[in-house]
Amino acid sequence: MNRTFTRGVGAVAAVALLSFGAAACGSDNNDSSSTASVKVGFMGDLTGPNKALGINIRNGAKLAIDQYNATNPKTKITLVEYDSQGDPKQATSLAPKAIEDGIVGLVGPAFSGETADTGAAWQEAGVPFVSASATRVSLSDNSWTTFHRVLADDGFQGPGLANFLVKGASASKIAVVDDASEYGKGLADEAANAIKSGGATVAVRQSVAAEGTTIPNYSSIINTIKGANVDAVLYGGYYAQAGPFAKQLKDGGVTAKFVSGDGSLDPAFVKGAGAAANGSYLSCTCALINAGSTGTAATFYTDYKAAFSADPGTYSPEGFDSATIFINGVKDGKVTRADLLPVVSAASFTGVSKQIAFESNGNIKGGTVLMYKVVDGKITSIGTTDEATS
Amino acid sequence: MSSTKPLRGIKLPWIKTFETLGTRWQRLPTSARWVGYLAMVLLALSLPSIPGLGDIMTPGSSWERVLFYPIGIYILLALGLNVVVGYAGLLDLGFVAFFAIGAYTMAILGTEFGMDFWLVLPIAIAVTMLAGLALGTPTLRLRGDYLAIVTLGFGEIIRVTATNLSFTGGPRGINKIPRPPSVEGVSWLTFSISNVKPYYYLVIFFIVLVIIGLKRLERSRVGRSWAAIREDEDAAELMGVPTLTFKLWAFTVGAAVGGTAGVLYASFQTAIRPTDFPFILSATVLAAVVLGGAGNIPGVILGAFLVGWVPEVSREFSQYRVLVFGAVLVALMIFRPQGLWPSRIRQAELKQGEGGIGQLGGEVGAVVAQAEDNR
Amino acid sequence: MSAFLNQFWASTIDGLTQGGIYALVALGYTLVYGVLRLINFAHSEIFMIGTFATVAFITAVGVASPLTGLALLFFLLAAGLVAALASGGAAVLLERIAYRPLRRKGATQLAALISAIGASLFLQQLFSLKYPDAVSTVRVMDKVNLASIGTGVIRADKVLVFVGAVMMMVILDRVVNGTRFGRAIRATAQSPNNATLMGVDIDKVILITFLIGGAMAGIGGMLYVVFFEVTTYFVGFVLGIKAFTAAVLGGIGNLRGALLGGLLLGLIEEYGASIFGSQWKDVIAFSVLVLVLMFRPTGLLGESLGKARA
Repeated sequence: MNRTFTRGVGAVAAVALLSFGAAACGSDNNDSSSTASVKVGFMGDLTGPNKALGINIRNGAKLAIDQYNATNPKTKITLVEYDSQGDPKQATSLAPKAIEDGIVGLVGPAFSGETADTGAAWQEAGVPFVSASATRVSLSDNSWTTFHRVLADDGFQGPGLANFLVKGASASKIAVVDDASEYGKGLADEAANAIKSGGATVAVRQSVAAEGTTIPNYSSIINTIKGANVDAVLYGGYYAQAGPFAKQLKDGGVTAKFVSGDGSLDPAFVKGAGAAANGSYLSCTCALINAGSTGTAATFYTDYKAAFSADPGTYSPEGFDSATIFINGVKDGKVTRADLLPVVSAASFTGVSKQIAFESNGNIKGGTVLMYKVVDGKITSIGTTDEATS
Repeated sequence: MSSTKPLRGIKLPWIKTFETLGTRWQRLPTSARWVGYLAMVLLALSLPSIPGLGDIMTPGSSWERVLFYPIGIYILLALGLNVVVGYAGLLDLGFVAFFAIGAYTMAILGTEFGMDFWLVLPIAIAVTMLAGLALGTPTLRLRGDYLAIVTLGFGEIIRVTATNLSFTGGPRGINKIPRPPSVEGVSWLTFSISNVKPYYYLVIFFIVLVIIGLKRLERSRVGRSWAAIREDEDAAELMGVPTLTFKLWAFTVGAAVGGTAGVLYASFQTAIRPTDFPFILSATVLAAVVLGGAGNIPGVILGAFLVGWVPEVSREFSQYRVLVFGAVLVALMIFRPQGLWPSRIRQAELKQGEGGIGQLGGEVGAVVAQAEDNR
Repeated sequence: MSAFLNQFWASTIDGLTQGGIYALVALGYTLVYGVLRLINFAHSEIFMIGTFATVAFITAVGVASPLTGLALLFFLLAAGLVAALASGGAAVLLERIAYRPLRRKGATQLAALISAIGASLFLQQLFSLKYPDAVSTVRVMDKVNLASIGTGVIRADKVLVFVGAVMMMVILDRVVNGTRFGRAIRATAQSPNNATLMGVDIDKVILITFLIGGAMAGIGGMLYVVFFEVTTYFVGFVLGIKAFTAAVLGGIGNLRGALLGGLLLGLIEEYGASIFGSQWKDVIAFSVLVLVLMFRPTGLLGESLGKARA
């Protein structure tokens, strides 16, 4: 009995030591270089609390890639999806897998938190990544040569919103509320600072936290807002809460204009806000394409509708354009990470959403912020934040 | 109390084997056992390097990474919570607070003051122990369920406060946390984004340290007092055991281990935020302890391993993850409350049936059973 | 501080409204704890089920625009009944599946708590599969302003919630203190042994306790949906902890305590938020919990039903 045990222990130890030795040999580097097909990844929220946004981007990218593959090219592209649920922690454990899988480029990550936490990994592996929606300002400050984004960051959206409020809407007293999320508070902070430098007052500045899809009871903030007699309420956060917040504000007797950012730009906002939706203003550095669009946007609209039986959503055009950047590179025969990176950084074409060209730090050139208004239950464009009036 | 029915649990087939192995293990001379421990540690250290194992265990994510987090960190957290729940029998639903405090200490001291991992570690342990003391002193007098809810409340207070204060980075949290210092030229001691194995070796190091420490404690006066409190607090009090002091001991020791895990976590993720520390994490670690067999170190490790690994390997079913988790917890309590790998001491305790749901339910259960028998 | 004074009446009215919902859910916690000494962790999901039952009822009835007068009254009664049945039924099932087997075996307190947590998570996620996003409903009751006090506006739906909570407590109080069955509940809470000796069917008492507690939460859910016009699968979690806080604040096992605790907690939250800012609302509520348990665990009105057990 004793001997069997000692032998068993010995065997286990032997396996252990052998494997230890194997470890010393290191792991091999994986870079997809087969010419039959290459992998491009997508990372974002597909099943989590804000999945509408992730799905929109994925669909846009998928449309572009499917259209490309249908032309029977020499090198096809496979879109590999990594569902992070918008959670930076999940993103950080998926990133090494994606790198191991041999993706040559990434559309995403979708949200700022996950981009911030995975950027260094993509940079180290040399994977060029193009985000269709991560708008935190500091993301471009990390000296990541692989980082790109196809929409202007909150450094533009915040001041853009402020500009619209102070000039276009002639608001002098504004309440700024956020949802205590990274994105929401970030945008709200940027906007609040710009409002103050624009000469108006931020009469109320508070956060109301929301866990996932929970709708908080906004009664106390609403009472404060009522007491402060503001002209407008600016909410930094996502559509799940923005809608009910707008509704509770209206029911509470607040007549101030309701304004929010791109996180609220979704039909779900209109639904959640009920009667309070009409007359609300939403901003985005992204382009909304709907039935009324013309030119290439109209083609995109019809194709998207045919492929997914739904209207393109927020960031779908940006997703499409992000994928196009990689498609252009692959068409040109660039099928490794190292080859694709300079091509991606040097991209220059007219995309479905906007003119695509990058600064050296990965930010998109040009920073227009567009303003939308809910009219008759539909989100309609009213021009840029410089032009729009309420 | 002895009128309650004996504990009926599903007999798991491997338990008999484990028990025989366990008996043989106890009878081995100490030297042989130490060889065995060493072999186990070596096996553990080699896990990330066994070729092909990663593809079997975690086909959807990186095996090395998963071994550190969540598996390694969960094991450490479960060992810490085991002291509170398993040894002293205290219901703690807010253990994540100590994890958070440890992580934020590393984050703040590391980024604001540029302090080294090894310098921060003892400070973080001290801070977490103080927090344990602060939370425990007023609350450990409370009866079971109340203690559970109070600790839950405390955990939430910590999380929301971290979200609201700019000192802790607000909802954005803190990033660019420094990694542990690497040893030049030694690849298995170089901590970087792509080189995850050193972190795993580090967590194994701490797990071994904690196990040694806990075993020592178990056998000491402190451990015996815990056993006494666990089995019958009133009797222990009557026998002169200063129950509150020892309960505080359990709390602070558990907190210290939780804080250590937090420091490791922060230096690995290099970015932490308040949403990393939700209540569900406390529930998960508690489930790990109970699943494995509270109070039993190998059981707790097994439980933590399962709780950390199974969600990773079933990524396609991630929608149902928490659903199955909840159902498993209920089923476990009904069919096998002693856990998968209970220690025999605890089995004996449970057989005695120390009272039912709350303190009353057991009597109620017993009364109903009797009434049924008489019908 | 000036915000607090300015908003005082508004905060009071809103605090009493939210407090009414807390009170209704607290009734369930306090009843079950009083009889079984068990924190029914899954009670928050019983409440959630009540909200979804109300949403389903609204859709089934096909309400297109806000109701008034008698139609509204009938609707509320019917919806309340539906929600109460759904939640009460769910509570009974919960007791049968997750708690009774444990009682039979003489399981430990830890085991019961774990089972409760497991049941709570299971129910939450079950609904998240069908309803991953927030579900909003049409307006069934117009939010008519009735009167004002200072900055506070007394709105019809706020009155409904408050009055509903008080009414339910009064009814429940009558049942527990005035009926024979209520006596059975109190007897079981005091001493199950003696109760059995007196011929009380403990199993039935426990079942009815869960049923009543669940029904209260269901009615709370109905009022919640009529008021907020939205619900999610996660709605129970924080609200549940706060309702339990309310139960403890008022005195566990004490029905009037549940009402008092609920209303008081609602007020404390609103006043606190007006002073410190809305971001601290949850911390304020949890701090009340911690402080009450630390300094006065028997609550304001003291424990009732079974009286304090060691």
